[in-house]
Order: sequence, then C-alpha cells, then structure tokens
Amino acid sequence: MAEITFLEALRQGLWEEMERDERVFILGEDVGIYGGAFKVTEGFVKKFGEARVIDTPISEAAIVGAAAGAAHMGMRPVAEMQFIDFISCAYDMLTNYVATARYRAGLSTPIVVRGPCGGYVRGGPFHSQNPEAAFFHTPGLKIVYPATARDAKGLMKSAIRDDDPVIYLEHKWLYRRIKEQLPEGEEILTPIGEARLAREGKDLSIVTYGAMVWKSLEAADTLQQQDGVSVEILDLRTLLPLDDAAIIRTVQKTNKVLIVHEDTRTGGVAGEIAARINEQAFEWLDGPIMRVTAHDVPLPYAPTLEDYVLPQTDDIVKAVRWLANY
Amino acid sequence: MTSRAVPATEPSQPALPAELSRGQLLELYRYLRLTRTLEERLTALYRQSKVIGGLFRSLGQEGESVASAYALERGRHRDLLSPLIRNLGSLLVMGAKPVEILRQYMAKADGPTRGRDTNVHFNDLEIGYLGQISHLGDMLPVMAGITLTFRMRGEARVGLVYIGDGGTSTGTFHEGLNFAAVQRCPLVVIGEYNHWAYSTPAEKQFAVKDLAEKAKGYGIPAVTVDGNDVFAVYAATKHAVERARRGKGVHFIEVKTYRRKGHAEHDDQSYVPPGELERWARENDPVDRYVQQLLQHAWVEQDDLSAIDASVREEVDRATDACAEERLPAPESALPGVYADPPAADALWFRRV
Repeated sequence: MAEITFLEALRQGLWEEMERDERVFILGEDVGIYGGAFKVTEGFVKKFGEARVIDTPISEAAIVGAAAGAAHMGMRPVAEMQFIDFISCAYDMLTNYVATARYRAGLSTPIVVRGPCGGYVRGGPFHSQNPEAAFFHTPGLKIVYPATARDAKGLMKSAIRDDDPVIYLEHKWLYRRIKEQLPEGEEILTPIGEARLAREGKDLSIVTYGAMVWKSLEAADTLQQQDGVSVEILDLRTLLPLDDAAIIRTVQKTNKVLIVHEDTRTGGVAGEIAARINEQAFEWLDGPIMRVTAHDVPLPYAPTLEDYVLPQTDDIVKAVRWLANY
Repeated sequence: MTSRAVPATEPSQPALPAELSRGQLLELYRYLRLTRTLEERLTALYRQSKVIGGLFRSLGQEGESVASAYALERGRHRDLLSPLIRNLGSLLVMGAKPVEILRQYMAKADGPTRGRDTNVHFNDLEIGYLGQISHLGDMLPVMAGITLTFRMRGEARVGLVYIGDGGTSTGTFHEGLNFAAVQRCPLVVIGEYNHWAYSTPAEKQFAVKDLAEKAKGYGIPAVTVDGNDVFAVYAATKHAVERARRGKGVHFIEVKTYRRKGHAEHDDQSYVPPGELERWARENDPVDRYVQQLLQHAWVEQDDLSAIDASVREEVDRATDACAEERLPAPESALPGVYADPPAADALWFRRV
C-alpha cells in the first residue's frame, strides 16, 4: 500500500474513470499541457489526447453549458473550475439549465463540475471561497465535499458514474497536507449521500465537512486530553443530499451538537442542518444547536485578518467547552 | 420501368429554385401554413383561458424559422436544432406534432413535459430538437457541447441554434459562440433581427448595424439575408449546414425580419411607431411573399395551396379536439424526477399530518 496525497487520490479517481469509460472527458482552463493550476490533470493530455482533455477559453458558463450539451448526448464530462470561486460565473448555467434539465424536460445531464475551494492559504477574496451554500439551495444538483484521500478518490469515481450533475468541492489546503495509504487494485467508490463517522465519542457531536473535519479532529484530541470530553465527529462528505439519518443518529447518541463549517454563517449549510435536527430530534437535545463558521465578511487577504475571520481549531475547542458545560 | 416522352408542344416545366423539388416547395408551404394556423388556434385558446401561461407568436417570422430548419437533415439521430419561442415553425419542420404543442401550452398531463414547463420548452433529441430555457443565450454553450460531441465521435451531424437580436447582448451568447468557433464545432447560428426585444428596439440593444458584425469578431463567416425571403434563408442555411458538415466550423446567418405581434399576447405594442406593423404586414409578409413567388413562376397551382390550407385546418382541428379537454397533471406528480436517484422528492410533513 502506497501512501498518497489527497491530490493524488483525486487524480487517480479521474484517471481510472477515463481509462474505464471512453465517454469521460475533461474540459477547463489550462487543463491540457499545463496540467491545471494545481496539477490535478498533469499528464492526462499525454495519456488521453487533446480530444479528451480540452483547454477552453476563460468562459465558465460555456464550459458548464458545453459539458451539459455533451452529457445530453451520452458523454460524461468533467469540467474544471480553475478556482471554485469562478463557478459563480456559471451560476445561471448550473442552477437554471443543468439543475432543472431532468425535471422539466427529462434530460439526463451527468456532469461533474470540480475545482479547488477553501481558505487558510492567503488567497484573498477570490481564491478562497466555499460556494456550497449558493448551490445547496438548488434542487437537481448534488454536492460532494471530501475530507480524506480515500473519499477524494471514491467520491470522484462515484460522481462521474452518477446520472445527475455533481458539484465536487476539493479543499486546496488538503491537497498536499493529507496523506493516506490506499490499497492498490481495489476499486474505491464512496457512495454519494452517505456521511462517515470520523471519530467516535459519547459526550457531544460535531457535524462538519471538508477541511473542518481535520480541525475538529485536532480539537477533539485536545478536549479529550485536557477536559476528558469525548467528542464524536460526523464527516458529511455529501452536502446535497444530506444524510439526515446519520445526523439524527449522532444527535440521539450524544444529545448535544455543534455544527462546524468554513463557509460564512448566514444562509450557510449549518442553518439547514440545525433546522432538520430541530424538526426530527428536538426531544433528544440537551442544549442549543450551536454553530462555528466563518464570520459574515468577504474573506480578507492578510494572514491576521484571514485567521480572524475563519474558524480555527481553538475556536472549536472553546465552543465545545461552552456547549459541554451547558 | 416505364417512361413517357414529352411531346414537343408541351410547355417546359419552369426551373425550380434552390434545387428544391415541387414536392418540397409544397412541403415548405405546408409548414408555413401549419405554423400560422396553429398559432391562430393558440390565440383562440388563449382568449378562452385554455392556454395557461403566456402565448408567444411568431407572426412575420415563420419564413425564416421554417426555411432554416428545412435546410437540415431530418430523421432519427440526424441534425439537431434548438428553437426559441418564436421558432414554432422550426419545431414543426423537425417533426414536433401540433398536438404536443397544444398540450404543452395548455399544461396537459400528457404533454411533452407533463405540465412542467411552458410553450416550446420541450425536446425530442432523437428526432432533433432541444427546447430553450428562458435565459437567453444559454443554448449557445449547450449546442456548442452537443456539436462538440458530434465532432468528437466523428458523426457527420450538424447543430443549429437560434438567437434573437436582444439575446446577442447576453454573456452566454458570446461565450458559447467563441467556444464553438475555437473548437470548430459543426454549428450554424441563426441570428434573428426582428427589431424588438420585448419593447426595446435594436438601437438600444447594440451599437452595430448588423448582428453579423458581432459574429465576425469571432473569426467565423457571417452573412445577412432577407429573413422574410424563404428561398434566401433556405439557401444561406443550406450552404452553412453543408460547410459545417464538411468540418469547416461555425457559421452565423443573420436573418432580417420583423416581430409583428407583441412580446406575448398581453403586450399592446404601444411602443411601436404608428403604421409600422401595418406596413410590414402589407408589404413584407413571408408567407404572402412565398406564395406570390410560387404562383408567379407557376411552380405550383393555387389549387395545390388551397388543398394544403384545408388539410392544415383539419389537422389543427383534429389536434385541438384530441387534447383540449384532457386533464391537467395530478398534483403529486410534481415530486418525481428531480434526480435519477432518489427517484422522487418527499411530500413535506404538513401534507402528511
């Protein structure tokens, strides 16, 4: 078993699916010879040719729209957004055209739109975003957001095979930080719509996803050592559709829940999760459902500012202490 | 096989235009007449409140719709077009049935989208049409992707997409056209200069004189033709389609025409200068002009056209009778089909308590 990075794992997922299925092709900006801004598609054009690894103009709406058209014709396109911040340029195409296609017109649109997201990398307001809430609201889309190398690969493969459009969010802070031993020769397919228990605990649950899984794990270790508080961590992996059953299960087990995400607070995914817990497990709660999120400001560039705006491990520790003492 | 010698005294058959046979000339007329008659029927149904939403007429634009679509190869898995609301004629040419259009406008359960979407927003990819969404310009990138696929698979198929003069102001139009041009997609773009984008005249929409000027900026051939001349539109489209099929890439055809009805039936057109509608109706109706040419050159007889008129009326009557009293979709049928998996959304708790 070789130890590989999160980035390499998602590359493998993409590579294996392109080898397996000739309908799969990649389109995006600088994905060909250059191999993508983060080198996710490095070597792909050499192996699969220019017809299947297409360098496009800087036109996110056209990239997503063309992917949709190809998908209607039976192809399985994977569209790269160079930084996921630019997916907003394709918002119309995704929410109006792609998301509604099956419902309004019976059109199958199996596309994957993927790209690097997230902060903690001093990227400033336009290279650090977490855009999930903008699409979370749209029936017809699916959103996955892996935290581990295994899921980076497994969700990539599942997303490509899914018959519906999938937005695949990959946190750039995890790309080369996270390493994992993955079995060679085993087909890894992470089911879409299933959360993963990242840490078992009994006193309090953290429901989270993406890079926040790792910050929550770090916080949980500290809390175990310093406070003797046992924290359970649920890694959602898929945001749309949410795994309600897994969320309710952990709430019923620990009776206290903290929701952690890196995206801003208002209108964020945590609000929806809190509402569902309220509707489905109100009687099981021994405290308020609390949130740790980014502050409601655009993400600033200076390290001092970015670190202040984004949730940090220490914030999670303090929030858990507050809730544990409630 | 038998043959009959033509007596030397019989007048020779007049030469037919644009390599069209007499049968094709009549077929073109039939689609023109069917478009207009079907829309007149929809107007009647709209006034009876049987059309559920808005009604968008193509009066004055039937010629370019029918003629451009007629230049495509039709059949299962052949060429594919994406129509706008004022391309009912294009849909009919590709094989959409009047009863489907009536059902769609009346939101019937058995309509092509089962009551989910409006007017011409429906598709049949097998026989070659993909309905638009309301966000103008969006079909350019989508058709770029469809025709990119034709090219990738080495299929000798062509796509055709319509865009209105107002629609050429959108970002997706430009992104899609540029993408298709760079990828040399086998795509023909019909730019419909019909003078009005809802109430906004063309001079408030763009500062160029012709839409073709915009297309030239993307390195693709662009021509401007009289959109109310069926033969001119047919010939220009035929040329562009054949060129695209030979791998020569995107071609833009601007058709100058005129929208003689409002944006939709509710629109009183108060913004139109006095006399303009009447002048276009009197002097430049595409169906009248087509008929005049057919009769003037004696390519067909008036009796041929009258027979088609009668048969079209009968077809539209039959289609109306078949569906006017059909049921609307069952309320709960709103939930399935958002995704392949899960197959249906859940009814919310307050519908279950």
